[in-house]
Amino acid sequence: MGTRTIIPFGPQHPVLPEPIHLDLVLEDEKVVEALPSVGFVHRGLERLAEVKDFHELVYVAERICGICSFIHGQGYCQGVETLLNIEVPARAKYLRTIWAELSRIHSHILWLGLFADAFGFESLFMHCWRVREKIVDIIEATAGGRVIFGSCKVGGARRDIPNDVLKGIKAELTTIEAEYNELKPTFLHDNSVKRRTVGIGTLSKEQAYALGAVGPTLRGSGVASDLRTLGYAAYKDLQWEPVVEHGGDCYSRTVVRVREVTMSFDLIRQAIDKIPEGPVDVKVTGNPTGEFFSRLEQPRGEVVYYVKGNNTKFLERFRIRTPTFANIAPLVVMLKGCELPDVPVIVLTIDPCISCTER
Amino acid sequence: MGNFIIAKIIARSVLSRFATRLYPFEKRAPYAATRGHIENEISRCIMCGICQKKCPTHAITVVRAERNWAIEPMKCIQCGECVTACPVKCLSMANTYSAASPTKETILLHQETPPPKPGAAKQEA
Repeated sequence: MGTRTIIPFGPQHPVLPEPIHLDLVLEDEKVVEALPSVGFVHRGLERLAEVKDFHELVYVAERICGICSFIHGQGYCQGVETLLNIEVPARAKYLRTIWAELSRIHSHILWLGLFADAFGFESLFMHCWRVREKIVDIIEATAGGRVIFGSCKVGGARRDIPNDVLKGIKAELTTIEAEYNELKPTFLHDNSVKRRTVGIGTLSKEQAYALGAVGPTLRGSGVASDLRTLGYAAYKDLQWEPVVEHGGDCYSRTVVRVREVTMSFDLIRQAIDKIPEGPVDVKVTGNPTGEFFSRLEQPRGEVVYYVKGNNTKFLERFRIRTPTFANIAPLVVMLKGCELPDVPVIVLTIDPCISCTER
Repeated sequence: MGNFIIAKIIARSVLSRFATRLYPFEKRAPYAATRGHIENEISRCIMCGICQKKCPTHAITVVRAERNWAIEPMKCIQCGECVTACPVKCLSMANTYSAASPTKETILLHQETPPPKPGAAKQEA
């Protein structure tokens, strides 16, 4: 047995966009144990439910995360709408789906870039972000903001996307997808990428399930779990199947995300083809009463929104379980037995969003 | 499997134009829907204070007695609640971002004379 040393990893680290701290117990260069600690960016957003009324809280929910902001707002709205017994108009459901999938594409391409950066592939990082910029432009042109959509509200959508703009988006997506398809082979087949990802940070199907992994971390280990199968928003009307890979390593998790971007392009096209005419919101009356768990699929995995109303305009309890929180336990298992230079790569494959985790 | 698969993209990048713009010399035209900043056509404002009540970040202050309308741009999250709620539609969302500032300034708009009441014009006629 070699000498054991403890190396601190984070909260400031070149690969980490957000602060998470890991105490890595090493034997020579091998990680024996990883002890995570979070709490550097806690903002107490759940507490704000006591001072912001349930309409205003959408803006708080959207600001939990800067990348998957729309789906946070959507999750919160779906929860409150259930408490108020509101049926959202069909067009609003389709708009939510389109924005959610745009959000997923921009999140995944951003992640692919960051992941390339983690193993030192700077030019791939730049090209991923070049493609992502065009998606962000579409988001700005339709929702008005680059990352904070501000388009979801209790009762529907805050704004509509005209049909001619939707047709334009469909044509633009074809161009963007062609550019994205050029980047895919590098992630899937390049030797330098595969050397850093294949067989690294392996998580078996049983481990992933038992530890409560979510999202691409779970699907990369062979479990076909995707919350969109619940059929919220317009997903029940669209043709798709969860993307599953069976390797359980960093490569499989990357492939899941690479394939999910293609699937999201397809889902947006389907939604644009099927979107019905009609209003985008309904009038909201009364105050929320009761409690509800709203579950959605974010780019990073399953997010759970718990809302409890007491017939006042302020929620009694507002609780969020974000995907990164669920993926920290599997991360600790993945890190055991890996080499020190692989730690940043493995940490990034769960797509850590610490702002989400700490709320 | 292969080595340096990205070479084709890199070669094309070298031979093509920059993907980025020469900001600040070359600026992208703002989108019509961009939520940039709030503007108030103060001469039409009736100082009702609904925008102040609706603002989720308390960025707007209306002092009716002094006929002052003020907004703190650093607090404003460009949600557009005030624009939707404004009864006379004097508030609008401009599609250009407010300028960066090293200090948290308040934009104060003072109204010299109150706008004519909707019924006043009819009575005169």
